[in-house]
Amino acid sequence: MTVKLSALTGMILLVIGLPIAYWISFSRWRWKFLIESVVALPLVLPPTVLGFYILVAIGPRSPVGQLYADLVGHNLPFTFEGLLFASILYSLPFAVQPFASSFDQVDRRLIEASWTLGVSRFKTFIKLILPLSVTGVVTGFVLSFAHTLGEFGVVLMVGGNIEGVTRTVSIDIYDEVQALNYAAAGKTSFFLLVISYLVLILVYSLNRTVWAAWPQK
Amino acid sequence: MGSMAAEVTLDFRKSFPGRFTVEAKLTMVLGQSTALILFGPSGSGKTTILRSLAGLEWPEEGSIRFISRTWFDTTQGIRVAPQDRDIGYMAQDYALFPTYSVAGNIGFGLGHLTSCARQHRVAEVVDLLQLRGMERLRPRELSGGQQQRVALARAIARRPQLLLLDEPLSALDAPTRGALRGELRALLKKLALPSIIVTHDWAEALALGDVISVVADGGILQTGRPQDVFSRPADVNIAKIVGVETVVAGRISAITQGLATIDVGGVTLTAVAADDRQEEVFVCIRGEDVTLERSGAGSTSARNHLPGRVVEISSLGAMARVTLDCGFPLVATVTRSTVEEFGLVVGQQTFAAVKAGSVHLVPRRD
Repeated sequence: MTVKLSALTGMILLVIGLPIAYWISFSRWRWKFLIESVVALPLVLPPTVLGFYILVAIGPRSPVGQLYADLVGHNLPFTFEGLLFASILYSLPFAVQPFASSFDQVDRRLIEASWTLGVSRFKTFIKLILPLSVTGVVTGFVLSFAHTLGEFGVVLMVGGNIEGVTRTVSIDIYDEVQALNYAAAGKTSFFLLVISYLVLILVYSLNRTVWAAWPQK
Repeated sequence: MGSMAAEVTLDFRKSFPGRFTVEAKLTMVLGQSTALILFGPSGSGKTTILRSLAGLEWPEEGSIRFISRTWFDTTQGIRVAPQDRDIGYMAQDYALFPTYSVAGNIGFGLGHLTSCARQHRVAEVVDLLQLRGMERLRPRELSGGQQQRVALARAIARRPQLLLLDEPLSALDAPTRGALRGELRALLKKLALPSIIVTHDWAEALALGDVISVVADGGILQTGRPQDVFSRPADVNIAKIVGVETVVAGRISAITQGLATIDVGGVTLTAVAADDRQEEVFVCIRGEDVTLERSGAGSTSARNHLPGRVVEISSLGAMARVTLDCGFPLVATVTRSTVEEFGLVVGQQTFAAVKAGSVHLVPRRD
């Protein structure tokens, strides 16, 4: 369940994070920092605050929640989809910032050369910018995956704690500790620790070979 | 394309707040293999003009037209993207794509062709620029001169209507630059493609250019044939920028022990021979390298002693610009006190001395 949520979050962030990062990196709009700050908000907000707003936003009384309920037939909160939505928002900066900083590293003269060769902006992105920022893109994916793996507050707020639906590993640990079942909690914690460490080893070894894309901004 | 003349019209303003403003105005008809040089010191705005032509800079005001197309016009709200201008653009540092091979770089902009046609085109350009055998190499495995050729190959592979080159040789070391100057000149002639070339190097301007525009302080000051602009600058400012006062056509008659004997309209000069041993050359002499002598006795070590008649004396502040007729116009830049000491007046006979090392030879373009 947790892995499925993390993997889906990572992949969806790849799809929506890359265009956002492209815009952040290449836009010359003077108020761009306002959007950058919004993207970075989940880094500083307590998960409960974020979870609260997401809960309200997707609840049956909000237009978004209503629309979803009309389309799919059930409400978002305390479902896997709701949790996925919250995870995506919560991990957004962990994907977008490495993407954007790796795009920033791409020499603008290369991009201009591509444009003057008649290659469209989109094709330039696919053929030139992505291959040059591959470590940043992998870093963003892996970090958002790892971050979702370990999230707690938002999951509790939005997902509730429904076994098999919205109970993630981190919540499981909390439950076991509450039940004074330290052995089980220790086992799961150790599992999470090892996974997180492996993920970070992957990220840092990747960046070591090229450049440090995280933390940078 | 063919033999059609291509008209370029520029009239725009682009400012870089706190730095400088470029106000370019130029109308020029380029023949099918005409090279227009934008010549000026660094920071003069020549690169901005080239980038605006390429569509990489948007001026705040004005228009840019090429043949019958409007590329840019603020009053009509037209902004043609660089992709749609049908140009070949080469940046100063070549901007080769590090993740692609030589062939990949050259074929990068040929996505509109079938893979068979693309391979053909790449092979054709590879042959033209003598890059055979290097197709699989990455840019970082190439020497500076090879990188320059790959960048050129990439720029012309799409058969553009206009070639824009930003300081095409300045990233190379001096000996390579000298050798490639001739190669580039020959290639431009062969391509039958109008080109606009930015440079701050007067030898490059003379070697490559058919027409030269002097750019300074963001404006285009004077446009004309290179030898005319160099030997007859419109004002003191331009004279200072070009820095070479005498440019005349000559022919190398002999080269012995590294010294070339040149015939300039019946007058014989001695110069240090250039690497590029072509017969037809431009003889270039800076005004400050010409000394005046009371008699042609040859009391100095200079190889060239020329009798001449003073044609014109103009003041440049503490200095004076003395034009002599030595069978060709020769300009000497001397101090005002020299003019007074020598009692120089128009019509007077005097002697000029020039060291062989100060007589620069630039191969002629045609």
